[in-house]
Amino acid sequence: MTAVLEKRTARPIGRKAGVRPRAVVVGLIAVLGTFVVSVFSLGTGDFDIAPADVVTTLFGEGNPAHEFIIGELRLPRLITAIAVGAALAAGGAVFQSLVRNPLGSPDMLGVTNGASTAALTVIILGGTSTQLSIAAVLGGLGATLLIQLIAGRALHGFRFILVGIGMAAILTGISGYLLTRGVQMENARALLWLTGSLDGRDWGQAKPMLVVLAIVVPVLLLACGPGLKILEMGDDSASALGVPVPLLRNGALLSAALLVSFAAASAGPVNFVALIAPHLAKRLTRAPGPNLLPSIAVGTLLLTGADFAAQHLLQERTLPVGVVTGLVGGGYLVWLLTTERRAGRI
Amino acid sequence: MLLALLVLAAVLVLSIGLGARFLSPGEVWAGLWDSSSAYYHIVHDSRLPRTLLGLMVGTALGLAGAIMQALTRNPLADPGLLGINAGASAAVATAAVFFGVGTFFGYVWFALAGAAIVTAMVYAVGGGRSATPARLALAGAALNATLLSYVSAVLLGDTQAIDRMKFWTAGSLASADFATVERLLPFFAAGLATGLLAARPLNALSLGDDAARALGARPAVIRTAVIVAVTLLCGSATAACGPIVFVGLLIPHMVRPFTGPDLRWMLPYTAVLAPVLLLGADVLGRVLGSPGELQVGTVTAVVGGPLFLYLVRAAK
Repeated sequence: MTAVLEKRTARPIGRKAGVRPRAVVVGLIAVLGTFVVSVFSLGTGDFDIAPADVVTTLFGEGNPAHEFIIGELRLPRLITAIAVGAALAAGGAVFQSLVRNPLGSPDMLGVTNGASTAALTVIILGGTSTQLSIAAVLGGLGATLLIQLIAGRALHGFRFILVGIGMAAILTGISGYLLTRGVQMENARALLWLTGSLDGRDWGQAKPMLVVLAIVVPVLLLACGPGLKILEMGDDSASALGVPVPLLRNGALLSAALLVSFAAASAGPVNFVALIAPHLAKRLTRAPGPNLLPSIAVGTLLLTGADFAAQHLLQERTLPVGVVTGLVGGGYLVWLLTTERRAGRI
Repeated sequence: MLLALLVLAAVLVLSIGLGARFLSPGEVWAGLWDSSSAYYHIVHDSRLPRTLLGLMVGTALGLAGAIMQALTRNPLADPGLLGINAGASAAVATAAVFFGVGTFFGYVWFALAGAAIVTAMVYAVGGGRSATPARLALAGAALNATLLSYVSAVLLGDTQAIDRMKFWTAGSLASADFATVERLLPFFAAGLATGLLAARPLNALSLGDDAARALGARPAVIRTAVIVAVTLLCGSATAACGPIVFVGLLIPHMVRPFTGPDLRWMLPYTAVLAPVLLLGADVLGRVLGSPGELQVGTVTAVVGGPLFLYLVRAAK
């Protein structure tokens, strides 16, 4: 925190638009935090490894036993956590920027529900985990397209939000029906999936997630980031400034939906990360626009931290990560509702 | 009003008549009153309690929705969408898992407490002048998501509880019996009476606090009474059959074009027509899902959802 304050006082007054020092510091601190959590997370478990050994193993100089435990058992889960956190945060940042509301995240607007309902159908029909992932991706994208189709051209503002909420409610109803169709064990699996969990994730889940991130995030950053910032000033102003509004909006929406759907496919609909991470990032950087990179950094820290807590919070058993993000997110949300209301932003 | 009551009566007869053995309206009548009739047991043991429960729950949710819309001056307020029913569910899930409560009478107190907390929160967020419909709905959706994720988190540790609660979490009338109906009745009656009596003062309140005071109403008292009524209605309805969305939203919207904004007309119509939607959805669920059934909560979501989307599109 002190570093943040020093940086702020040292900032020159006549700052140019572009990279903000405060955003850089926030991002770096979050990345550093993620690294520290990762080292601890890789080092603890049934077989504890000292932090120093974890670091040397990561750089490829550890002993074979450590290499096996970290590389094959613990690293895939951690990488999945990092990738899912980044994807959810980036998707959430784009959504919140597009609908111009700090609560307009994909979990509230039916995108995540689309993925869950599709995945639930596969679970109840007894499908494999590959089919489940494919269904989740298609479900999320399908729900997004449907919402956009019904909402019409006016993507910003209340109509998109309301259609999204309506869609989420319909899909929740269908999920409830699907849950009643399953027998006891399937239901337990379904409910675990619906909460969002990273248990037993291997490279099969981590790799597709990394590929999608590597493709979509640069596109978002380079092609959409600056445009989204201008779009927040209003459609008319943005058009006047030469932003291709419909193209930008549809492209950004689709990319965000893709990220969120893939995240849901690999870890289940982990609640609230997409809502909180961009919000927290914005609050810390105090910068306008979607704050994509800081959001991603905060998102990875949030999810790795939540997963670490989920594994060590209770002595007797591990929790699904979604429980931790749900509890943290719920508390943050209540606080947000009270403070933001006073400011008249919600 | 006569027409509305007729429609309600038709749905009631249909709801009693429909099932594994279809009963004609004449047989329903005989089964209701004549204890020597062959259908007496079918009607009294399973179908009548279910229908009565649907009647009460439907009325409760519809009325609560209409009152919330008036109180928050927000056309999109619905106890399901704003998370009030989810608050009651969260409390019930807590009761079921941590305290081993398993009966309606045990649930209901928890449900009332949960509904009361969320109602107060929704009012705090949405009652101010700055809140637009979309903002309130979004705040409610977020609250809803929090509470539902809490419910699944709590149920997750307990496989048997998942199985016991699965019909309840989807929203279902299937577990109805006379004991539940009897125990729901006092809460429902108190909520209904308070809600209907609040129509006149709420009308005054819709002019603004100052005008209402000038008309002799006391805004703080009215608000408290209304929040108590909503809590009673939603809490007891949710305890009896799980969280159900859209009933409280749609019926007031369908009624308003005929009655105008005067709550003295709107509330009674809503109270009569809301159970039509709920029982209709239940009947539909039994027809579509046979030989089993679709839960009424699923049907209201699937039928009510598109209607909601239509309203949003039409509203501009």
